[in-house]
Amino acid sequence: MPDGLTLNKIIAQKGISIGEAARRVADLGWTPSYVQEAMTFPTDYKISKAPKDPMKQVLRSYFPMQEEKDNRVYGALDAALRGDMFRNVEPRWVEWMKLFLAIIPFPEISAARSMAMVGRLAPGDDLRTGFTMQMVDEFRHSTIQMNLKKWYMENYIDPAGFDITEAAFGKCYATSIGRQFGEAFVTGDAITAANIYLTVVAETAFTNTLFVAMPSEAARNGDYALPTVFLSVQSDESRHIGNGHSLLMSILNNPDNHQLLERDLKYAFWQNHAIVDAAIGTIIEYGTTNRDKNKESYAELWHRWIFEDYYRTYMLPLEKYGIKIHHDDVHEAFDRIVKKNYVHKVAQFFSAGWWANFWRIEAMTERDFEWFEHKYPGWYDEFGAWWENYAKLSKPGNPPITFVDTGYVYPHRCWSNLVPCLIREDIVVDEVDGEIFTYGHEVDRWTHKVAFQGEYQGRPTPAMGRFSGHREWESMYHGWDLADAIKDMGFVRPDGKTLIAQPHLSFEEKDMWTLDHVRGYEIKSPLITLRGMTPEQRDAHIAEYKKGFKVHKI
Amino acid sequence: MTAQVQEPEVKSGAAGAKKFPGWDSRKYNYFEPKGRKATHYEDMTVDVQPDPERYLLQDWIISFADGTPTYSKDWTKLKSSDWHKFRAPDQEWERTHYQRQSTIVGMIKNVVDNARKSGAPARFDPRWVKILQDHLGAYKHAEYGLGKATMQAQRYGYTQMINNAILTNSSYKLRFSQDLTLYLSEIGMDLPVFDATAGKTHWMEDPIWQGVREATEAVMGATDYLEQYFATNVVFEPLVAELFRSGFIMQMAAAQNDFATPAVVSAAEADYEQNLANSVELFHLLAQDPEHGEANRQVMEGWLEKHGTLCVKAANQLQPVWSQPRVKVAQFNDALAAASNRLKAICAEIGIEVPAALTATTANDTQPAAEA
Repeated sequence: MPDGLTLNKIIAQKGISIGEAARRVADLGWTPSYVQEAMTFPTDYKISKAPKDPMKQVLRSYFPMQEEKDNRVYGALDAALRGDMFRNVEPRWVEWMKLFLAIIPFPEISAARSMAMVGRLAPGDDLRTGFTMQMVDEFRHSTIQMNLKKWYMENYIDPAGFDITEAAFGKCYATSIGRQFGEAFVTGDAITAANIYLTVVAETAFTNTLFVAMPSEAARNGDYALPTVFLSVQSDESRHIGNGHSLLMSILNNPDNHQLLERDLKYAFWQNHAIVDAAIGTIIEYGTTNRDKNKESYAELWHRWIFEDYYRTYMLPLEKYGIKIHHDDVHEAFDRIVKKNYVHKVAQFFSAGWWANFWRIEAMTERDFEWFEHKYPGWYDEFGAWWENYAKLSKPGNPPITFVDTGYVYPHRCWSNLVPCLIREDIVVDEVDGEIFTYGHEVDRWTHKVAFQGEYQGRPTPAMGRFSGHREWESMYHGWDLADAIKDMGFVRPDGKTLIAQPHLSFEEKDMWTLDHVRGYEIKSPLITLRGMTPEQRDAHIAEYKKGFKVHKI
Repeated sequence: MTAQVQEPEVKSGAAGAKKFPGWDSRKYNYFEPKGRKATHYEDMTVDVQPDPERYLLQDWIISFADGTPTYSKDWTKLKSSDWHKFRAPDQEWERTHYQRQSTIVGMIKNVVDNARKSGAPARFDPRWVKILQDHLGAYKHAEYGLGKATMQAQRYGYTQMINNAILTNSSYKLRFSQDLTLYLSEIGMDLPVFDATAGKTHWMEDPIWQGVREATEAVMGATDYLEQYFATNVVFEPLVAELFRSGFIMQMAAAQNDFATPAVVSAAEADYEQNLANSVELFHLLAQDPEHGEANRQVMEGWLEKHGTLCVKAANQLQPVWSQPRVKVAQFNDALAAASNRLKAICAEIGIEVPAALTATTANDTQPAAEA
């Protein structure tokens, strides 16, 4: 065979270039003249410039590529079983997957639905293939995650909690926080939801902590399945980031949009921080048994992925287009993680209400304390006694820790992001439409009272969404007995009495709490209680709340 | 003397390492499977889109400005006493969808590569080449329009099962519109004369295609997502799409020395069988709904009349295309009769009547159009 001649060269035939193929595919679109497409999902943005497709990929190369990625994922899952992964996996880690994987398939499929919204609004057809691939990608993510969850259920020592997963998603206070995330992709102003909140902020910034940082921690805990699935999922995200950026550039093109863009970047960044950092920060820091002091803490990961990578290289350059970026919010979010112990307070809250969970949380131990103190100096002073108490009260026969006088004050809940107002000094109370609400931070108050309204800074915003539903979980069970509420949620094992949640990882039946162990304690809604106070009582209560608390050893 | 051997406690996170309450609860237990056991598709799909009437304790927590929640039953005129009953017969979840799509892409690639390697396009009858250029080139836009319409529709369904079935439908249509675009572009490179832009001109301007474009735009412009899904699979596909794909391209091509185009187009026929099965299952359930069946049948019959009228007009306007190939091995009247029968068979399965006006229009319009 002559030099340089290969089989590929012999059989190759002239084809069209990728750019030309993408151009011809984009030319499939036309402007209807018989019947106009209705703008069924409203937006207050004006988009006249057609977004360009940065990826220039066509579906005939997309599907085989995705099938190949799938083959690797499913092959790896088979290999994990053959390698007896579950014999060495850390239950502390897998328990948190009951929460995480109950939440994430809904935001994923919501992202698929949101492609309908941007697909209809974006002028031209250049980006339609990008939207199509993202729609099918998100269908992939949602169902591949349901598959992973089923796989854990079938192979992990304690399947309870996985078995009720989508029912639990509907009932749990913690999954509602995730639902705020998913519903925000598809409801209200279509560009606010499907472009800014979903692609420009959630996918471009926060999927790095969700789908890159978290899998690394999974691997450290003997779980090779989560990295396999989620790094494959993350490999799809670059397409979505490209879609989001391309549409953002079309929006930026019209200065009339800048005011709304500033509003939405502020809202979306803050709420993504509040929700994703609460969940993923807790899972990474508290779901692990690996206490290697050389690995990055969540605060360090956040600084790398969100501050350096996203804020500095994606958000800041938007200023040259005349967009006001709220630097103070970004710095404040970082301070909340580093200085105000946001993640630790969320973990403390999840453990305070362990009985309302559908996964187990075990107590932190001396080994954990040492690592936390190393990474977050001062941690032991604030949280050490809490976890020691938690360990002490973890066996049935004790009262649930929530109802023991440890000094802990059950928190109010933020009406905007549904995470409780855990940084006590930052709580804000305000009135909207004649009703009292509590917020975790001033930006959360602004989100509800200013951003999610029909007018913004004197400009009509008729497309903007509204907060609705029973946003405070505790108000659903105000005055209920703990045991009745747990039963109502269905967070009970098949024997009809043993709780799914346990404040430990013992698999001995004698160590497991039942409904009888939690009967006789009453749930109270902080919001209903607050609304029942006189203005003076309320002021005094909030002033006291802002002072915070000190947990003492019992 | 017997030695006491104490077994060290095995620390394992594997299933069965310990027995305790719930240790063997290894199935999703929150929904009623359609059959005796839940299928993998059901496990992947059911209840991922929640419902306040099932488990959504705190209700939807964001609404549109007018108070409409994140998902609403009011987004279609059809009503159901149990929206959660529907299961897609094709049972697609991500893995099966990619496997199927990828297999089709591979099949088309092999056919087109081999045809081009053997110089097949140059042996196509020249008149047939012009037909592919102008008419298959025009038709690809209809597929694209339906792909866009179903992409829009998959946002609105009340359950995950409905929305995912519409989503895969959209994925199939959009892939096929691209298959045709790229296929025509590639064979065009092997032909001395081939204008890859002619198809769009015919789509926009040629009177033969204006009925099809109008019918397509009517589907794209419908604001009821189930009307879009119904009009696509129950009306447009049998009366226009299959008529052209199967009744013309697939039957005529071989006689024009073309073995490649039918293979490319056959993918859409198989796609449609899946999409049709899903649609018939859903609309049958709604037509037989114990509370709303009667009203639903009236709504569907209204859609049938509206889109059927447009599609019959579109089909008749296509008739001259059957006269264009040099070797005429298929007749328009036969193809239209097959399309009409197909529509009747689909509607019979769903349990709705084909409106008399539509049947009459089909019969009456056939003859004058054939003489045109």
